[in-house]
Amino acid sequence: MFTAFLIKYAEIGIKGKNRYLFEDMLVHQMKLALKKCEGQFLIHKSQGRIFVEARGEFDFEEAVEGLKKVFGISGICPVVYEEDQGFEKLCERVVAYVDQVYPDKHKTFKVHSRRARKDYPKESMEINADLGEAILNAYPEMRVDVHEPEILLNVEIREKIYIYSEIIPGPGGMPVGTGGKAMLLLSGGIDSPVAGYMIAKRGVKLDAVYFHAPPYTSERARQKVVDLARTVAEYAGPIWLHIINFTDIQLYIHEKCPHEELTIIMRRYMMRIAEHIAKDTDCLGLITGESIGQVASQTMQSLAATNEVCSLPVYRPLIGFDKQEIVEVANRIGTFETSILPYEDCCTIFVAKHPVTKPNLNVIRRHEHNLDEGIEELVRTALETKELIVAGA
Amino acid sequence: MEIYLDNSATTRVFPEVAELMRKIMCEDYGNPSSLHMKGVQAEQYLRSAKETFGRILKVNEKEIFFTSGGTESDNMALIGCARAGARRGRHLITTQIEHPAILNTMRYLESEGFRVTYLPVDAWGRISLEDLRQAMTQETILVSIMHTNNEIGSIQPIGEAAGLVKRMNPHTLFHVDAVQGFGKAKIYPKRMGIDLLSASGHKIHGPKGIGLLYIGSQVKIQPIIHGGGQQMNLRSGTDNVPGAAGFAKAAELLYAHYEDDIKRLYQCKRYFCDGARKLEGVKINGLLPGEPDGAGTAPHIVSVSVEGVRSEVLLHALEEEGIYVSAGSACAARKPQPSATLKAIGIEKPMLESTIRFSFSVYTTQEELDYTLRAMYDKIPMLRRYTRKR
Repeated sequence: MFTAFLIKYAEIGIKGKNRYLFEDMLVHQMKLALKKCEGQFLIHKSQGRIFVEARGEFDFEEAVEGLKKVFGISGICPVVYEEDQGFEKLCERVVAYVDQVYPDKHKTFKVHSRRARKDYPKESMEINADLGEAILNAYPEMRVDVHEPEILLNVEIREKIYIYSEIIPGPGGMPVGTGGKAMLLLSGGIDSPVAGYMIAKRGVKLDAVYFHAPPYTSERARQKVVDLARTVAEYAGPIWLHIINFTDIQLYIHEKCPHEELTIIMRRYMMRIAEHIAKDTDCLGLITGESIGQVASQTMQSLAATNEVCSLPVYRPLIGFDKQEIVEVANRIGTFETSILPYEDCCTIFVAKHPVTKPNLNVIRRHEHNLDEGIEELVRTALETKELIVAGA
Repeated sequence: MEIYLDNSATTRVFPEVAELMRKIMCEDYGNPSSLHMKGVQAEQYLRSAKETFGRILKVNEKEIFFTSGGTESDNMALIGCARAGARRGRHLITTQIEHPAILNTMRYLESEGFRVTYLPVDAWGRISLEDLRQAMTQETILVSIMHTNNEIGSIQPIGEAAGLVKRMNPHTLFHVDAVQGFGKAKIYPKRMGIDLLSASGHKIHGPKGIGLLYIGSQVKIQPIIHGGGQQMNLRSGTDNVPGAAGFAKAAELLYAHYEDDIKRLYQCKRYFCDGARKLEGVKINGLLPGEPDGAGTAPHIVSVSVEGVRSEVLLHALEEEGIYVSAGSACAARKPQPSATLKAIGIEKPMLESTIRFSFSVYTTQEELDYTLRAMYDKIPMLRRYTRKR
């Protein structure tokens, strides 16, 4: 029955003179999302709101699911709209609307009308009262509550008449593309896809880098990371996924450095490589899924040690999250099931039984000098043999 | 170079089989249930496939039923017989080292109120007949024992076990999961006292998606799939004609030079075990004492534990050389928990995570085994250097 959606956006509304930039990007992202859905849609901005009108047949569920993945949307209202055929017809239409949308009539309601077309014969207060009366006559079991109604029935009178009452929550945030680009360090775990999602939600486009260590990690572990990137890309748009073969670097560190510092030194090299690619691809920062104290390499001391090697800002949106909170988001955005597939990833195989939890920077730096002879060459080779996959294109 | 040593997971289809199936799919594509000529033609393929299996197993062709594979055959045998026999008793017997198609179906039946005894195995993966004798009760309606174990290649004393069961209670049904054994051993249900037997197409160079269940005419069984009444109303669903014909063709080709092939497979097994033993810290699982050649075990399966190297890592290292093997068994490789079979034969924890399986086929050559052994000599010492330091 619904033939259109009214899109509500929260934060964009408080922007100043550049607000149109945000709105235009939002419309652009909505167009991309709806392209994948059955049906044809017309999206237009009018008087501070965005309307999506379906042209003919369309799949309602699919369109809602698509729009729920567009950052910047705070609410999606399914709308019934039609030509103005006089007030009597409107009363009938509103009563029919209530009947279709609310099979259970034991509810309180309020009519909220807006008269954008000032030449309409009735004023909005009058419309409210008359429509309310029509509904009460049709369904005596319904009650009016003007303070906290269960149903807020909106009727907007413009060139056409729009009726809506339901708000489906959107993801919130800002339209992707309004906030620059950042490089996500994507492992196969639960955290990093969530971190990418959260930064993308602030309007940031994503690139990602994955460190692959064959034969210690399998082709399936790599496929899993590609799948995760694809899932995040449903929200964030196409992601360029850079795949680095990390095996030789890892083995070299394993050979030359104390075992309990392996993870920290390894992570320092991952950050260096990620930053290198980030700078080449115009990324303005790095993103990791770290959260304080989760594992040995994520204590404050360890984070300081890995942070030290880059000059770009490192964004860690999960820094204050508990694991359970991260899992909840992962479940909601659909990455959890993929993340928990049991393939070895490069961090788990080489991990020491008792890795350092409070690394001393000077000691780490000193031990890194053990690598001076060959590491530059290995890093160069790793960058040269980098693979690129576009996920979610 | 591509060396495929994962033939217990699945096998390459014989070209003759693929050609026959192509012909059936593109030319003789009728539905055997149709009344017209095209249907009759298709039915001929099905009938001749049943005849082939009747001949190979020495049973009546009417006792052959086609399914979607080993898993469905096992489900049908267990669930169908348990339901049909529930009034006589609610006790079932199987072993601890069965394939998940049996183990998980048994667990399902437990949830339906059946009682199941899981027989333990010795260090060589074999049940004891004494355990079986003690497990039997008046209530026991079905015993299901696998022929060849998919992970270590142990072979159960099927004939003796069936004989024992029948002597103790002639009404108790005896099912054999022969998915790994069919094609590698001669199994004659009638002579051995087997009432039901499962086999699968893709393990013997046939197509995937086809299996069979032999159901002796004396067996009381209920269908678990309902529909159009095909296959005497026991297994409804449009007959998989190309699958059945391809499966039969593969079996025919395989049993045509059965003796030579088996002899060669045992040679391969011996050669490979001898070669693998040259490495330090390597253990071959499941070989019988005093039988280093592998006599009494499956000719095509070699389970190797390599101290200090995790199986997944060794698997991928061999993969880099184009050698395809399996960690545990393919069905278990998707799950991280250590294999129940390896645990049941008493392998210790570190070795549990360090076990890989090589499985051969008629295509396996000595040259391939040499190449594989060389790769192991190269890689294993290197991989051991980079494992967790203690």
